[in-house]
Amino acid sequence: MTDHDQTNETRQEWNDVHALSGAYAVDALDDLERARFESHLRNCPDCREEVDGLREAAAFLAVDPVEPPARLRADILAGIEAIRPLPPVVAPEPQSEPDDGRRRWLTTGAPLLVAAALVLVALATTAWLRPWADDESTPLTATERVLTADDADRFVQRFDDGSRATVVVSRSEGRAVVLTEDMAPAPEGKDYQLWLQDPSGDIDPAGLMPDQADATVLLEGDASDATWAGITVEPDGGSPQPTTDPIAEFVLDA
Amino acid sequence: MDPGVPAPSGSPSGASAGAAAELAELLRRSARGDRDAFASLYDAMAARVHGLAVRVVRDPAQAEEVTQEAFLEIWRTASRFDADRGSAVSWVLTIAHRKAVDRVRSAEAASRRESTYHQQNQSIDHDSTADAAQASLEARRVRAALTQLTDVQREAIELAYFGGYTHTEVAALLDLPVGTAKTRIRDGLIRLRDTIGVGR
Ligand SMILES: [Zn+2]
Repeated sequence: MTDHDQTNETRQEWNDVHALSGAYAVDALDDLERARFESHLRNCPDCREEVDGLREAAAFLAVDPVEPPARLRADILAGIEAIRPLPPVVAPEPQSEPDDGRRRWLTTGAPLLVAAALVLVALATTAWLRPWADDESTPLTATERVLTADDADRFVQRFDDGSRATVVVSRSEGRAVVLTEDMAPAPEGKDYQLWLQDPSGDIDPAGLMPDQADATVLLEGDASDATWAGITVEPDGGSPQPTTDPIAEFVLDA
Repeated sequence: MDPGVPAPSGSPSGASAGAAAELAELLRRSARGDRDAFASLYDAMAARVHGLAVRVVRDPAQAEEVTQEAFLEIWRTASRFDADRGSAVSWVLTIAHRKAVDRVRSAEAASRRESTYHQQNQSIDHDSTADAAQASLEARRVRAALTQLTDVQREAIELAYFGGYTHTEVAALLDLPVGTAKTRIRDGLIRLRDTIGVGR
């Protein structure tokens, strides 16, 4: 199995995720960046505090009042009759130890991160092996055959928020599998869609990612000579052709 | 007195401390389903919310829809307001701004904007914020604070906040290298925050 780490220049942008606090505070992130930054915010008290302060400052910009028509008031007060206010968020549970540990090694630096990433891969692999390793009689699924093929090539994309996407392609099986870890959910009304490109340059839809942070998906279509795999954000249900720039792409040359 | 250096003030987003506390209380009561409190909140904030909506989406009918959406969302999520994290004014305007930006970025608006992208770039009035902000003491403080920003910081913030553009689009509009507009926006907001004396 070969590992290809495709952390490239466009990915470098994510490396300075803290620097997005200002753009986030004034809603100047696209849907995907926003989802990523919000997942970063959950683990970064510094950014949360900064965003709060910058929003306070931004509110000062909105100082030109315009009186709305009177009927709007009536419409709104009538409208709330049909809407139940959300319950308050209950006090967060006490920090569990794994959380503290995670935060610590996130700030300790690259070598540990790499080690942790390797452990994650190992765990993911183990989890995949377990269901069928105990029972040799059960035939392998197509996904399992790809993941365990002798010629399986693995292509990794790391994102700064800790999420990863990995494409595993087996030419002999003619199929590819994508594995995601800690992926931010697709924006509301959108799906992550998978794509495969053949040597003639045609890009074919290869399925949708399920709505979960850690997913393993067998790409639809023939990957025996695919040259490229990508993930884009598309309207719910997917598109016949990509309509946005890929959030992750994998050049599948061995 | 040097108008360029307004006295720092802890008052949140232009409201006096008393008014700010009152707004926060109205939000808390709204969260409990108190319609009268919500009506008072509407009366206190509607013009400011609508002013922001008009500024961002421009089209009057769409601005009204945005204002309506924003207030319904404020009613629905009032329990999420946390006075320890910021003022009620800022919380309300954050919701309104998000609704306005969502509106201008909707698919139809996006295609319309593409064709006018460059015209808009030409017609950006760099002093629009300062010109419009005239009457209140609060507006004078903002105007003064904006003079503390570099031109690029101010333009980047205005394009993002009032134009509804992403930082990547802002970079293109201002001919900045990709990835630097977000830094200008952040630096400018930090200076604004520190000049006005809000946040921390
Ligand atoms: Zn951060």
